[in-house]
Amino acid sequence: MKKKINLEEAKYIAKLANLPLTEKQLTKFTSQVSEVIEFNMSLLEKVNTEKVEPTAHVTGISNKLRKDETEQRLSSDEALQNAKSKHNGFFKVKAILEPS
Amino acid sequence: MNDLCKLTLKKAAEGLKKKEFSSKELTTAVLARIKKLDQKIGAFLLLTEELALGQAEKADKLLADNQNIGELIGVPFGLKDIIVTKNIRTTAGSKILSDFIPPYSATVYEKIEQNHSVMVGKTNLDEFAMGASTENSGYKITKNPWSTDRVPGGSSGGSAAAVSADMATYAIGSDTGGSIRQPASFCGMVGLKPTYGRVSRYGLIAMASSLDQIGPVTKNVEDAAIVLNTISGFDKYDSTSVEKEVPDYTQFLKENIKELKIGVPKEFLGPGVDPKVRDLINKSLKQLEGLGAKLIEATLPHTKEAIAVYYLIMPSEVSANMARFDGIRFGKDRGEFGPEVKRRIMLGTYALSSGYYDAYYLKAAKVRTLIREEFQEAFKKVDVIAGPTSPVLPFKIGERVDDPLQMYLADILTVPVNLAGLPAISIPCGLVDGLPVGLQIIGDHWQEGKILNTAFAYEKSCPFREKPKL
Repeated sequence: MKKKINLEEAKYIAKLANLPLTEKQLTKFTSQVSEVIEFNMSLLEKVNTEKVEPTAHVTGISNKLRKDETEQRLSSDEALQNAKSKHNGFFKVKAILEPS
Repeated sequence: MNDLCKLTLKKAAEGLKKKEFSSKELTTAVLARIKKLDQKIGAFLLLTEELALGQAEKADKLLADNQNIGELIGVPFGLKDIIVTKNIRTTAGSKILSDFIPPYSATVYEKIEQNHSVMVGKTNLDEFAMGASTENSGYKITKNPWSTDRVPGGSSGGSAAAVSADMATYAIGSDTGGSIRQPASFCGMVGLKPTYGRVSRYGLIAMASSLDQIGPVTKNVEDAAIVLNTISGFDKYDSTSVEKEVPDYTQFLKENIKELKIGVPKEFLGPGVDPKVRDLINKSLKQLEGLGAKLIEATLPHTKEAIAVYYLIMPSEVSANMARFDGIRFGKDRGEFGPEVKRRIMLGTYALSSGYYDAYYLKAAKVRTLIREEFQEAFKKVDVIAGPTSPVLPFKIGERVDDPLQMYLADILTVPVNLAGLPAISIPCGLVDGLPVGLQIIGDHWQEGKILNTAFAYEKSCPFREKPKL
């Protein structure tokens, strides 16, 4: 398993994470991410995990559902109070579809 | 007036009930101390003076009517600024939330508010709680009150420094990999991380959801039990909180620990631990033995992999949780994230990305199971497990900031507890070179009572009376 990442891969990860990074930051993170992954995997690779189930919740509760009932929580004004751009009670975002 | 600031929560509550002083007097004294000292310490990101004085007046009225409403009434506290407070700016220590005004309050804050405690301010932290030194705050560096050229620990460094410098009677922090216990240890305070699911996380801005837990930083063990009583319990707004009865934790504050079995894992006193810290911890363990407890050699061989598991699981959850900061609904542009947050998002996004998920995230989640099982095995033989909270003394500001791996290793004795979801407490057990050392006591799931009992017995027999010189 390859543990080092290169600059091109770092750029791709930054794109996936929607993270605007400068070339300098990308170079730094390329080596730091590689260093941490290498350190982590050097330890974990030695552990036999055959037939071991992964842990998701530590105290073992699962599928905790509430009743499907609505209740009054935030008003739309409250939900919008921190938005930089809004219009008629909606969040305003950049267009994601081209007009046909 | 400085004497009022120095009171423990319990003593403050007693004084208020006996009308020896008012909440307004206590609050005014604490606010004055913050104004005098916080320029030097930098524990607070926001002072809520007006709110505090209003809450204090209200508390005084209720106290005058002799209304019996808990022990937090009228007592000033600091809240880690990652816990949202309605209409009060909450930044998570990040520039991305520099103008964020939450439209609702966290359950923990609501519970404390309903008990009429007085909030004097919001405390500093590593940005989004990502760090072990509070140097990653987007706003300022908090100094250790014991030595201002050293870090207070982190991420709840502001909360621990505030209580340590008597700028709050108690404080609330959050702990993902040691963020309550390690700063409590560095600042000579008591810090308690409850069992995962004991305290609601609703309104705690999420860092790593399967690890985060809220808890108190206090001046002694009794105070920790009092705060835990108030903040614990199931919350329908946090589906990971657990419907389980909350005992009165103060009933566990007993000095008797005869026949109590204390597991001492050799991995917790291994080569990475500062020999001076090790000596002091060994002395404290002997002290517990002298009280009638039985020290039992234990082994937790997966401790050495815990940090590797943590630094895959945590950044993976971070990368998912940080996706909500899109600059649309709240907050600023993602470019405003600080370097540590960006680094963890990069790490986590990589660990979860196509082709690597099985090798990294899933592998880590499996080793996490082994860590959890290893603790379960240990607790079949012992009541609690004890060792140091931090392998090192509070380090110098700037010493580790550019070396993420070195900084990550500061968490080595605290992260296994979060990975297993266990409760643990750090209590001060002495000084080395004038700097505090914390003894960590870990319990099985829901056994906060046992760790409080052990910690209380230790504190009674060996009280930590030192104070930082400020």
